[in-house]
Amino acid sequence: MGKVVVVTSGKGGVGKTTSTAALGAELARSGQKVVVIDFDVGLRNLDLVMGAERRVVFDFVNVVQGAAKLTQALIRDKRVETLFLLPASQTRDKEALTEDGVARVIRELRQKFDWVICDSPAGIERGATLAMRHADTAIVVTNPEVSSVRDSDRMIGLLDAKTEKAEKGERIEKHLLLTRYDAGRASRGEMLNVEDVLEILSTSLLGIIPESEEVLRASNFGCPITISNPASGPARAYADAARRLKGETVAMNIPNGRRGILNKLFGRRAA
Amino acid sequence: MRLGFFRRRSAPVARERLQILLEFERRADGTDLLALLRDEIITVIGKHVTLEPDKVQVKIDRGKNVSMLEVDVEVPNSDGALHATLIRAM
Repeated sequence: MGKVVVVTSGKGGVGKTTSTAALGAELARSGQKVVVIDFDVGLRNLDLVMGAERRVVFDFVNVVQGAAKLTQALIRDKRVETLFLLPASQTRDKEALTEDGVARVIRELRQKFDWVICDSPAGIERGATLAMRHADTAIVVTNPEVSSVRDSDRMIGLLDAKTEKAEKGERIEKHLLLTRYDAGRASRGEMLNVEDVLEILSTSLLGIIPESEEVLRASNFGCPITISNPASGPARAYADAARRLKGETVAMNIPNGRRGILNKLFGRRAA
Repeated sequence: MRLGFFRRRSAPVARERLQILLEFERRADGTDLLALLRDEIITVIGKHVTLEPDKVQVKIDRGKNVSMLEVDVEVPNSDGALHATLIRAM
């Protein structure tokens, strides 16, 4: 039985889709069978970030409504053969995903894959609650910024109330993924630091992804950063996060956190 | 000119603002406390005097250790010119 993970945040633009693609690709690279699902009906983007936008024929809504079989809608990644995408529908209305239909598709995917990663839409509406509904584990993507932290707090509350696990009285596993982190600015007191965010949200940390130009470069190319540039800072941070997700113990590095004395002297910004 | 050197560190401000806000929001549990208080105050006072609902104002100023709840109720003169403001710490 595979594990169902929701990647959520409340606030938009913090890196849910980027993180879904990067973590999904990394887990698949390590030999696990992975499907990433786009729950953002009407505003799909995971296909674009994964570079599969021209290969979408059937989508999640078609499958939920029984118009297409799961095997027809799943798109196999061209780079990593154990990685699959279930794209969202672009045109249909948001009511198109029924609760029973989603439950059935997730159940089926759980049988076939080791990891079912649900990319949640922003907000706290139906799409977001459907995406978290069947999750065993939640990854709350947060930027070190006040509005993102507030929204993450709200999502944590929702995860503890609206998921199937929570309703059965079980605990849903929750992890924080801190993205767009600039260790230099944080150390100068210009940005909330890791300890601040962890203390405010009191949730365990899955990883710290450094702010980097490489992230945009990867999405420009339509290739998850863990595939396109595995040696880059963000990719290594995602790889560590993926290992923690699998239950491994990996020391937490604060990316670019320690600037060498030479860097300090010459005032160079960490790359 | 390097203004940055003299500027106040902003992260501690962000941290404190978030702590105050989230403590309140978690307690509120998604419900709009002020709207709830306002409705109930209108019901209670409305039993005894005639009220115009939009003349009842409930405000809150959240502080780190103590919050001020301000309830402002304006009652028409026919009911004996009563204008009450209640301020109390929460």
